[in-house]
Amino acid sequence: MTDTELVEVTELDDSPARRYGHPVTSSRGQTVLHAPREQWRATAEALFADNWTMLVDITAVDFLTYKPARKLPDGVTAERFEVVASFVRFDTGERIRMRTQVPGSDPKVDSLYAIYPGSDYQERETFDMFGIVFDGHPDLSRILMPEEWEGHPLRKDFAQGVIPVQFKAPQNGGAGS
Amino acid sequence: MTMAPDQADETDVEADAPVEQPGAVRSPDPQGGQLDRLPRLDAVLRMSEVQAAEQADEPLYDENDQTMLVNMGPSHPSTHGVLRLMLEMDGETVRRSKPIIGYLHTGMEKTGESLTFLQGGTNVTRMDYASPLFNELVFALATEQLLEVEIPERATWIRMLMSELNRIASHLLFMATNGMDLGAVSMMIYGWREREQVLRFFEKVTGLRMNHNYIRPGGVAADLPDGWRDDVLYLMDMLPPRLEEYDILMTGQPIWRERLQGVGTLSPEEALALSITGPVLRSTGIARDLRKDEPYLAYDQVDFDVLVGSYGDSYDCYAIRLNEIRESIRIVHQVVDQMPKGDFRVQDTKVTPPPRARIDESMEALIHHFKIFTEGFKVPEGEVYVAVESPRGELGCYLVSDGSPTPYRMHIRAPSLVNLQCLPHKMANGLVADAVASISSVDPIMGEVDR
Repeated sequence: MTDTELVEVTELDDSPARRYGHPVTSSRGQTVLHAPREQWRATAEALFADNWTMLVDITAVDFLTYKPARKLPDGVTAERFEVVASFVRFDTGERIRMRTQVPGSDPKVDSLYAIYPGSDYQERETFDMFGIVFDGHPDLSRILMPEEWEGHPLRKDFAQGVIPVQFKAPQNGGAGS
Repeated sequence: MTMAPDQADETDVEADAPVEQPGAVRSPDPQGGQLDRLPRLDAVLRMSEVQAAEQADEPLYDENDQTMLVNMGPSHPSTHGVLRLMLEMDGETVRRSKPIIGYLHTGMEKTGESLTFLQGGTNVTRMDYASPLFNELVFALATEQLLEVEIPERATWIRMLMSELNRIASHLLFMATNGMDLGAVSMMIYGWREREQVLRFFEKVTGLRMNHNYIRPGGVAADLPDGWRDDVLYLMDMLPPRLEEYDILMTGQPIWRERLQGVGTLSPEEALALSITGPVLRSTGIARDLRKDEPYLAYDQVDFDVLVGSYGDSYDCYAIRLNEIRESIRIVHQVVDQMPKGDFRVQDTKVTPPPRARIDESMEALIHHFKIFTEGFKVPEGEVYVAVESPRGELGCYLVSDGSPTPYRMHIRAPSLVNLQCLPHKMANGLVADAVASISSVDPIMGEVDR
């Protein structure tokens, strides 16, 4: 298998997704749209106006310990986090994946809740697991981990099962279940 | 929670500036999005544990506030495991609600980052434990797409046979628990009885009743055993009369209909806005099934119907699942007829260990076997999202590989988690007894919700 060929970025200049004004690449035949962080919400609005029916999935990747050189199209600077959202349209059955670079020093991106309210839980999950703040989310609280948990488990600098106790003393004297 | 500090400028402060109430829903800006398609958005309760605990200190009787917070679960027979609900009740009526999850969170996505692509199956199969083969399938498909290997035809058809049988088993489990939740207690026994027969076949093929690790990158773990056709045909003969019995026991029963019809309705607009998939989406009348719309495996070569409801209520969810069992039986019959001969896994030595017999006679085969199971196989760099239609909806797997034998990131898009978002909408202004029907009709598997 020719590994080097596979990992090259194939930019699709003639892809219909180019109309959103961002670089478009192909990853194993799947269309990926590289939206800048500032345009994250605006692009989602354009996708919604363009009949993309559903926001299927939203998650993030922490590239802190990623060894190989990051393969990104020209004009996209690699940052520590990458937020990934997958959209699908029911009329044509197409899928598109929108990715954006989010720096570790300011892990913040606009929430898509107002456009695709289905992103609610998964944005909360991403916040919980990566500490990425989704601006404009109505209730960005922890969803899987306990409310008083410290740290974000899916970050690469969060060790697996090394820190024994991570609860701090309850704020309210232990009320609640 | 608090106002931004720059707004505290003394000239701008107005006496009647809105003060945010704890637990109040901040109204998001309405332009453009789908929020206005959610008429029951007020039913979504946003309240932290601390805020809820503060409420507990408030006086018990308040003339202006007749609602109270009631906790349901996490250990409640009708919450399908460890789902907890914070309900704001007005008498018997549910006004607002909040599903609270995480009680089964074991960090499986994190674990997945330290297991090789070969071991990953043992991890993902434990997520949705009622339909483990789908988790394995989506993980294997994603890995194969990264590897860019084509799997043999027979492996594809075996995968299809096993996933349809698993869909039957999963829906039978739904029949059992749904019946139990709504008071048809005998249905509990019948559903488990039939499901057990399907699991017995799984045990014969994979060695285990659940958590099989049978579908692996490159194919399946073993070929179907001798006599598999008779076993499958026995199941396919046994099931239809039993489904008729379910019809007599439940479908046509006035009590059952009264209990479910019009309860926990969801409109198509709401379902789309909330990213709902699977039988719950289809119950609203949207014919969306990945097997039809984005055929994977060989679903474009078999004939089956996508079932839709018209009211989006709990009854439609029930009826769709019951009839999806029948559709799956149809598919299984076609798979049995068309099962091709050939290899059950790809003969690519990079991915596939050598056959057991070769290890006894060849040193190289032994080393090869050892290398694959200790080190794993390297997967080229890249990222990919693959989705399949699980019994609960769109089950997706997002894989990022850095070229090593372990995934750099493994994310599962869990249909149960996303579908839970519709619960506050379904339960709004219904009775608490109907809330049980709503939970049941979503059929969440908490292992998958929390992962």
